Amino acid sequence: MAQVKNRLTPFFENITFDREDNEMILNFGPQHPSAHGQLRLMLHLQQEEITKAHPDVGYLHRGMEKMAENMIYNEFMPTTDRMDYIASSSNNYGFALAVEKLIGLDVPRRAQVIRMMLLEINRLMSHLFWLATTALDIGAMTVFLFAFREREYLMDIIEGYCGARLTHAAIRIGGVPLDIQDNFITQLRTFLDKLPQNIKDYEDLLDTNRIWLMRMEEVGTISTEMALSWGCTGPMLRASGVKWDIRKEEPYELYDEVEFEVPYSDKGDNFARYRVYMQEMRESAKILYQTIDMYQECVKNNQTELMAHSPKYISASKLDIMTQNYSLMQHFVLVTQGMRPPVGEVYVATESPKGELGYYINSQGGPYPYRLKLRAPSFWHTGILTDLLPGHYIPDVVSIIGTTNIVFGEVDR
Amino acid sequence: MAQHKVNYTKDGGLPVALTSIDKIVNWGRSNSIWALTYGLACCGIEMMASGASRYDFDRFGTIFRASPRQADVMIVAGTLTKKHAEFIKRLYDQMTEPRWVISMGSCANTGGMFNTYSTVQGCDRIIPVDLYLPGCAPRPETLQYGVMLLQKKIRANHASKAQKAKRLM
Amino acid sequence: MRAYTPKDDVQAKSYYTDRFYVSPQVPKSPVESDEVFAADLAAIKAKFDVSDAYIQVEQMVVFINAKDNFGVLELMKNELEYTQLSEMSAIDWIAKENKFEIFYQMLSMNKRKRIRVKMFIENGEAVNSVEKLFRSADWSEREMFDMFGIEANGHPFMKRILMPYDWQGFPLLKTYPLEGDEFAAWYEVDKIYGKEARDVIGPEIRDTAKVDRYDSERFARLGYEVPKGTKITDDMEKVEQTYQEDGGVFMIKKFDKKDSVVVDDPQR
Repeated sequence: MAQVKNRLTPFFENITFDREDNEMILNFGPQHPSAHGQLRLMLHLQQEEITKAHPDVGYLHRGMEKMAENMIYNEFMPTTDRMDYIASSSNNYGFALAVEKLIGLDVPRRAQVIRMMLLEINRLMSHLFWLATTALDIGAMTVFLFAFREREYLMDIIEGYCGARLTHAAIRIGGVPLDIQDNFITQLRTFLDKLPQNIKDYEDLLDTNRIWLMRMEEVGTISTEMALSWGCTGPMLRASGVKWDIRKEEPYELYDEVEFEVPYSDKGDNFARYRVYMQEMRESAKILYQTIDMYQECVKNNQTELMAHSPKYISASKLDIMTQNYSLMQHFVLVTQGMRPPVGEVYVATESPKGELGYYINSQGGPYPYRLKLRAPSFWHTGILTDLLPGHYIPDVVSIIGTTNIVFGEVDR
Repeated sequence: MAQHKVNYTKDGGLPVALTSIDKIVNWGRSNSIWALTYGLACCGIEMMASGASRYDFDRFGTIFRASPRQADVMIVAGTLTKKHAEFIKRLYDQMTEPRWVISMGSCANTGGMFNTYSTVQGCDRIIPVDLYLPGCAPRPETLQYGVMLLQKKIRANHASKAQKAKRLM
Repeated sequence: MRAYTPKDDVQAKSYYTDRFYVSPQVPKSPVESDEVFAADLAAIKAKFDVSDAYIQVEQMVVFINAKDNFGVLELMKNELEYTQLSEMSAIDWIAKENKFEIFYQMLSMNKRKRIRVKMFIENGEAVNSVEKLFRSADWSEREMFDMFGIEANGHPFMKRILMPYDWQGFPLLKTYPLEGDEFAAWYEVDKIYGKEARDVIGPEIRDTAKVDRYDSERFARLGYEVPKGTKITDDMEKVEQTYQEDGGVFMIKKFDKKDSVVVDDPQR
């Protein structure tokens, strides 16, 4: 019985020819190599031109919000990894920050520096991955291979820190679990010294490439009003003429101490977004150089604390748990029952590589959050396709989906 | 005409080799496993990484195809949700025989950490699976090892006979 | 006697809570402490009823009447420069007071301020759609309908967004179990193979802690790999898994561990 019978109706709805108005309906996805995951688009076509687009999402809906309601706070941390799996630590961080704001914790400086390093490495990884896949969709195989090569180096560094390549869970509520490993700084420096040349390589391949320009310039133009109305954030918004970066405007961690520029453009087309991404990689490298200096200052000043001290919410260090009776009891209660944050609610937004990543937590004083809403940027970046695609041609769909940089773990949650 | 003397009886003395049809067919099948890109979630990223520069899947003859008609193995990489389940069945039915399925990662194996209402608890409820890879997400090395084990499995088959029916679900 | 579990709220509960435990509150400060928020609140109060307002974790929370939601958001967008609706969703309070709480998370980029507008609706009531003001509400309201069953009046396409169109039940209600109900458990089997295949496929195995070392159907032990369905006994020898058969593989050079090179530094 190799051919198992099934009850599915034949799938001929892909193309409808017998309509009177000569309109064709094309089904794109949900398993399409250039849909960056499980996006399904129903496209109404007049010849090659799209008249109506209907994105259908939810093919990766895994019920994370429901899971959060049934998990203690620390238990939920690894689940956040699987949201935006290109840059896991930024999700960890957003959740950790939201809980810290809820219970009012101050994180030690050394942990803040390490967190910033992780966040910026994640941003670089995400942008490199974006460049690789978008270039591959448009046909530039070489850029894909180049960008993945650099991304693997970054993954080595992250792997040395937390042991995982993709799903890091590298940040805890109240700090970071570990200090960075010995060769972290040397490896990072080696990478950062090479990076400008690498970015130049990509740009040499792409900036003057006729195919790239034709598929990027004046395609997928998002006006400022449209971007604001659709709730676009991050590079999508910045490429549409709004200079809004949460790291700069509502600084968290030590972002008010580092110097960096916020690249933006008022063109709003695919090419503007590409330029913003490339420029952001350079800015991330700039921030990383500064965090290395900050870290070395911490080492010099002998600031060794990595976790906030708050016995009610945060377990003590491993050494204390093994030697102090009270710390062990506290740890046991925190692990078996979970921490109980105060009654109240909080919405915290952080700048993830894709845009504004927000966590809304409603706590009723129990160890489980009463309601946790994940505000993932990609959800609205997918929604904007409804208004953006009409008027474009079929080949533009791929390049527009590419530059919106959507990740479906985040869209569907 | 070869100007130098070739010892065909020596090991590796191609172009002449004596073998059975079984072996030659299995050699061809096992060394050109074309995979259907079925990146569903996080594992899909690792699947891409194994096809990219450092891990270089092309060495194994594994080339990712976007069409089920050209593919031999379906690598189910990521969480299969109930909304998506019907599509995996459709695509599996579209693949030509002989076909194999690798279930990559905990979510595809058993539902993994997503013990929720919307996740299929293991893609083997929908399609027969030949190889399960543990990990969340499995490293590219794991996937490559998995493909090597699949090659071994293919070599054990008899090419002249029709494939044995796989477990229904 | 079995312990009673409430059916109207199946969310996980702590197994132990100290009888004398009083949970602390996240501090609330009055709106007057921030002049930008005070001016915004005055502008809203001039036209609409505000039942409560305070500042919590740097953001103002305003409670309004459910019928005013479009008006308040219109005022905030057009006059108070709150140009973006970052997020909106609902909270289920049905078990407690048969109500839903709906929140709109607003962002003003010029003022660098965030306001959370909240309101209560009765169970079964619909809200006014704000999709005309903010396109992002188009998808948010659909998601709210999908997850809670709250409909939005005047929405152009009120269909499910994350779950399939033929799904039954609203997953984020507190009455809905995490692992799904009977319909969810058999959804994919019924759809693909039909109800009669339920016996063949069997129920979902949801017990994540269950590991049986004698089960070769679903588990494999490293170093002791056996074909599926083999009977496992205690006195099995450890077998090293190699990917090349002992006799060698046709036309492929046998892998030799001695000749292989281990790369230590990938950044070489």
